[in-house]
Amino acid sequence: MEATVVETGTEGKTWGGGNRPLKASYGKLMMWFFILSDALTFSGFLAAYGFSRYKFIDSWPIADEVFNHFPFLHGVDAPMYYVALMTFILIFSSVTMVLAVDAGHQMKKNKVVFYMFLTLIGGIVFLGSQAWEWKNFIQGTYGAVETKGGRILQFEDAEGKRVGLSDIAIESTQRETLERSSGLWFTGEEETLSTYTIEDIKAGFAANENLRVRIQKLDEKGHPIVLSREESVSTLNSDAVRVVEGANLHRNEYGHPLFGNFFFFITGFHGFHVFTGVLINLIIFFNILLGTYERRGSYEMVEKVGLYWHFVDLVWVFVFTFFYLV
Amino acid sequence: MAHGATHESSVKRIWYVFTLLSIATIVEVVLGIIKPQFLVETKFLSMKLLNWIFIILTIYKAYYITWAFMHMEGETKGLRRSVVWTAVFLIAYLCFILLIEGDYIYEVYKSGFVKYNF
Repeated sequence: MEATVVETGTEGKTWGGGNRPLKASYGKLMMWFFILSDALTFSGFLAAYGFSRYKFIDSWPIADEVFNHFPFLHGVDAPMYYVALMTFILIFSSVTMVLAVDAGHQMKKNKVVFYMFLTLIGGIVFLGSQAWEWKNFIQGTYGAVETKGGRILQFEDAEGKRVGLSDIAIESTQRETLERSSGLWFTGEEETLSTYTIEDIKAGFAANENLRVRIQKLDEKGHPIVLSREESVSTLNSDAVRVVEGANLHRNEYGHPLFGNFFFFITGFHGFHVFTGVLINLIIFFNILLGTYERRGSYEMVEKVGLYWHFVDLVWVFVFTFFYLV
Repeated sequence: MAHGATHESSVKRIWYVFTLLSIATIVEVVLGIIKPQFLVETKFLSMKLLNWIFIILTIYKAYYITWAFMHMEGETKGLRRSVVWTAVFLIAYLCFILLIEGDYIYEVYKSGFVKYNF
């Protein structure tokens, strides 16, 4: 006599056990759920960005004024050309990835190798581009000054063209950085000194009638408000306390500090994903070369890293829109 | 899933999708550079028409990446829904709540309860 009931009455039904209702392997299923959770993480970041942007909607930096560099085109205003190129590089490496998966289905080892190689190259080029983008962001272009209230004042001439600090200041009276080698002991690292002191900028600004100050506030049409010459001089003299060149996590010359923080954090987190993606692709690439999947009789592993790689591309599509376009 | 009978190549479709994605991206970039006055100044649900176009094109691209490249169209209904619906509903809710809140704080700042530029 049976003491325990072993029959559940659901045998043969979809969820009765012993079958695969989702018709996907364990690994692929888990990759999907990892991607889902990662997508929620990224959307958390982007939604937080949106929150801060709505909070400071009338003073947020304008993206195509910030990201207007292109390699070998110094001083040329090239808004977004470079990020557009980066987007294409990433989309294209997604295409080669899916071509590799497709070749894997047909068990064509050499084709898989070729397309995986292209995917790797695309990923590495994208990472390099992002490093270059960071370099430009950190270095800055024009420089600005910060007010007592932590707002950014930028400069332009009477025609509305942006003017850099080096064109304003007549001379630099900035002191030398103190270093341990010059006998400064028992102190930590000193904050980096700006090229010009705030007094240099004020003196240079007063001497040049052509200069105006642009405040960290947008008018109804979304253009930064430019002060008249008199207001510019008085605002600069009464409020400006610090020279800001480039960007770090505390302040940046483009505007609100949060803009820099979100830029570093979101593109950094995405770049880290690309980096791990390249590493995983590399491992799989060597496995293909060694013939591991040929012996296994299935290239499903390529499909799984492919999912991750497409996800990285997917995230970039959103980062591109919300950071650079909107 | 590409097991069983579906071993024929889908290279053609891949290039087709790539073309669609490229066109969407080019349209976005061109609009982002020239910023047509009409699209910037017209607002729908208190957002610029231009931004609506960007967001719709982005979702369009996301759809094709997920469906064609990640091969979501070939997965079972259960898998597709458990991934896509979870993401769509949670993200929509998160955006709704955070953007409303951000706008509220903006209004508080604007109407002068807080002095933040001194």
